[in-house]
Amino acid sequence: MLKASIVKRLPNFAIQAEFKVAQGILVLFGPSGSGKTTLLNCLAGLQKPTSGQIWLGDKLFYSSAKNINIPARCRRIGYVFQDYALFPHMTVKDNALYGMPSRTGRCRKKLGCRMSVKEVLDMLRITHLQDRYPAQLSGGEKQRVALARALMTEPDLLLLDEPLSAVDSGTRQALQQELIRIQHTWSIPFVLVTHSHKEMDALADEVAFIKNGKVAASSPWMLSAEHTTRQRA
Amino acid sequence: MLTPIALSIKVALIAVGIDAMLGTLLARVLARRDFPGKDLIESCIMLPMVLPPTVLGYGLLMLLGKRGPLGRLLQETLDLQIVFTWWAAIVAAAVVSFPLMYQSAKAAFCSVDTSLEQAARTLGSGEGRVFMRVTLPLAYPGLLAGVVLAFARALGEFGATLMIAGNIPGKTQTIPLAIFFAVETGDNQLARNLVLVITLLAFAAMFWLNNWSKKKLQTMQKGGDGYA
Repeated sequence: MLKASIVKRLPNFAIQAEFKVAQGILVLFGPSGSGKTTLLNCLAGLQKPTSGQIWLGDKLFYSSAKNINIPARCRRIGYVFQDYALFPHMTVKDNALYGMPSRTGRCRKKLGCRMSVKEVLDMLRITHLQDRYPAQLSGGEKQRVALARALMTEPDLLLLDEPLSAVDSGTRQALQQELIRIQHTWSIPFVLVTHSHKEMDALADEVAFIKNGKVAASSPWMLSAEHTTRQRA
Repeated sequence: MLTPIALSIKVALIAVGIDAMLGTLLARVLARRDFPGKDLIESCIMLPMVLPPTVLGYGLLMLLGKRGPLGRLLQETLDLQIVFTWWAAIVAAAVVSFPLMYQSAKAAFCSVDTSLEQAARTLGSGEGRVFMRVTLPLAYPGLLAGVVLAFARALGEFGATLMIAGNIPGKTQTIPLAIFFAVETGDNQLARNLVLVITLLAFAAMFWLNNWSKKKLQTMQKGGDGYA
């Protein structure tokens, strides 16, 4: 369960947000420049909120009152960046292996990890790309590699910053289905940022609307027909 | 003729080694941080590039000479004399070439996308691992360019070296000094040969650097084969 209640003052405005998500995909929805990425960065530990607190399960990541701010590297939060931020000097496989909890690489399952490297690459259908470099990949392929890299760290929460904005519409639909499938397999909460209505309809289990830096409403997402179909399925 | 060449190369290599370490460290710290007084520090770092070498030589002499604060300290504590030894030639070469190393290293670090470093942090890396596995491999073309430029500049250092290291054949007489004094004493044959050697060395360094950066740029534009 992710519980966050934070205030982050920026030069031009302040972001105020309070939300929680136990399972499924929480979509942070809002126009560009509304502070969505800043919120994700605060959750990940890359930016420090001005005040508030962030809990993931029983772990306190940030508390202004207790003066606690756990660094990003210790939070076990997977982060898929908007531009994917793949390491350009490493192959797909090395990118995926970068954040592995164990450096030996072979006995992930013995260490209690969910999937081996091969299984993760297979699941995302990028095994055939493992020796390529990021510059030789398409947008959709990059997105899958970024996802693989984040999942390999065995995260307790996955953050996705407009993960589908750089791919064409055909690929986008396929990837949306894939994200839902991965969320079910991995069963950790996902927090996904988007400014697209369609994407919100397709992916959201819960939605937090952000407007002028404030989370205007946070509710289980029931209005979308597509979503209800998904629930039934 | 061989002694000044060997000495020049030795002095330039050691000076560049010092520059590379200090320049990389300083550039890394200053490239990503903003604080009051940063402009002041950076202006001081760049000063050796624009000041006449004789001014630097004079300053170093005041600092490292027998009566200079640092010179006296080294003499008293370590019984070490810097001026008029080949260490002085190294200090002079390192100081004049430092801005070139620093400038290239800073540009190289600024060109590394910070989101890659952020990504590495979210993947569990501490600052040391982020630097060694992400920042350094991505910045190395710029760092290498800095090393080559600084080496070429160190090789050609004359004014400051003459002032604090003097012209002691076999000890502090580097190629530029040997050329000057060969012409002074009318030994044009030696001067010509040394001019040829240093021109070739400097040309080779620049030619290789240009060629290499052009290839690097082309492969990067082609799409990542540079890393393949």
